[in-house]
Amino acid sequence: MSATAAKPRSKPSWANELLYLARRYPLGVAGAIIMTVFVLAALFAGVVAPLDPFSTNPRASLAPPGSAYLLGADMMGRDVLSRIIHGARISLAVALGATFLGSGFGAALGLASGYVGGWFDLVVQRLGEIMQALPLLVMALVITASLGPSLPNTIIAIAIPLIPNVARVIRANVLSLRELPFVEAAKATGMSELRVAVVHVLPNTLAPLIVLATAQLGSTILTEASLSFLGLGVPEPYPSWGRMLSESAAEYVRTAPWLVIFPGLAISAVVFGANLLGDALRDALDPRQRD
Amino acid sequence: MSPLIEVSDLRKYYPIRKGVLRRQVAQVHAVDGVSFAVNEAETLGLVGESGCGKSTVGRAVLRLIEPTAGAVKLRGRDITQLGKSDLRPLRREMQIVFQDPFSSLNPRIRVGDIVGEPLKVHGIGDRRQREEKVAQLFARVGLRAAQMRNYPHQFSGGQRQRVSIARALALDPSFIVADEPVSALDVSIQAQVINLLMDLQRESRLSYLFISHNLAVVEHIAHRVAVMYLGRIVEYADKATLFTRPLHPYTEALLAAVPMPDPTLKRQKRHVSGDVPSPISPPSGCHFHPRCPYAEARCRVESPVLREVATGHQVACHLR
Repeated sequence: MSATAAKPRSKPSWANELLYLARRYPLGVAGAIIMTVFVLAALFAGVVAPLDPFSTNPRASLAPPGSAYLLGADMMGRDVLSRIIHGARISLAVALGATFLGSGFGAALGLASGYVGGWFDLVVQRLGEIMQALPLLVMALVITASLGPSLPNTIIAIAIPLIPNVARVIRANVLSLRELPFVEAAKATGMSELRVAVVHVLPNTLAPLIVLATAQLGSTILTEASLSFLGLGVPEPYPSWGRMLSESAAEYVRTAPWLVIFPGLAISAVVFGANLLGDALRDALDPRQRD
Repeated sequence: MSPLIEVSDLRKYYPIRKGVLRRQVAQVHAVDGVSFAVNEAETLGLVGESGCGKSTVGRAVLRLIEPTAGAVKLRGRDITQLGKSDLRPLRREMQIVFQDPFSSLNPRIRVGDIVGEPLKVHGIGDRRQREEKVAQLFARVGLRAAQMRNYPHQFSGGQRQRVSIARALALDPSFIVADEPVSALDVSIQAQVINLLMDLQRESRLSYLFISHNLAVVEHIAHRVAVMYLGRIVEYADKATLFTRPLHPYTEALLAAVPMPDPTLKRQKRHVSGDVPSPISPPSGCHFHPRCPYAEARCRVESPVLREVATGHQVACHLR
């Protein structure tokens, strides 16, 4: 396009663009702020946390929230706030890592399965169904048990069971998209099948992919909790929200509810923030939602 | 001179599979031995009811679906046997415009990029040259170059169809399959798009295979017309002959069904009763005999072949 033919409107810089998006999606901004706060807390946990999350203090066992321990202390007298801040490292790494990994591979597999079709599709879908027939936790258990407990292995173990769910949804979407005339038109120009799939089909599956990914974020944190509880997640004494919650839920929910409430709130806040951000992202990435 | 596109005995059968073993139990004879030719700078109208296989013909000619049998020759060269990589350069010669102006453009891509994509695929020009070419194409189809940055949803149906036409023109093709390109548009917009297609034909000696169920539109744009019924061509003639002296009973019925904008004009209506039979188990003999007012015993048994009854006028009927 020649420069003179363009609209006289100045080309929006990234800063203008960001400002436009911020005005348009205030909830998304709230989500972004929540996520940023948690990510920063996780990155700078050593600086931000008021106390050492590992140091025990028998006299402060089950101390209620107060001036010494802002959010109370656990049975061993460890500061709950500091443990939540340090726990953000593992919980966020697991939640974001497993969600991205699972969604990424799931989307790729779903795209290939739906687009290629035939025998490949049949085999991929049957394998996916076998995986889906097993509970997520049992799958993750088997995987960590064979890989050994560590953070990367936990992420992998939680991501793998997500793959068939995502693949299934994306495949269904691809099946309807690949029959659309714009896909046929792209083929009529002589575009390679791979390019058609990546340029024309994949971007149109973005909306369900984002919704699915944000919905699964919360469950990944809880799966990590269950794994850790069974001793197959990230090893003690390093705190994770899920484990803080699961260790204290049964025993202390009446006597020391702060042990349950605050890690639970942290998980809820992250899931909430991710959902707000995801919804805004889905709309912002869809040109039809624009002006 | 040989025709630009020559289609001979084109067939497309779809298998119907049932059961766990996916055994083939029957076939849909979507296109059942269709032959025609399109000359340079000529429009061949392909008409027929929904489900008669006319869109399948259009797609099979471009090998967007693989024909089961038959040959499609582009300038004398059979393209049905070519491999993917050999076919690619020939794609520049043949393009398609679809019926639905909404689903034929990717909603996530700016229209300028949609129109420029064929150029990119074939590695024509650099970024700037492509943008210039796209701006020219926009001007040719009656859009403003400033609209290149917009997304498809910001256009009306008629404008979107112009974008589709611009995309089809990007590679300077000589042949375009227009698959019901105006059926989804308002009548006033239909005229604009038809006129655009005719102007483009005059300017660049384009050839069209114009698929439509609307006889009035076909009468306006086509030079020759092929009438399809249940996967076969039943009549094939130049426009004037077909519209004034139709020979096949089906063509007669189609013409009689065209609405006339004059309420005082009384016509002898020749209704065709019933629906198009299933292409899975087409009627014996002449496919049209169950609905034909003149059908005789012979029609139920013997399938009529397309034969020339006058110069350039072919018909598949025992009685004419």
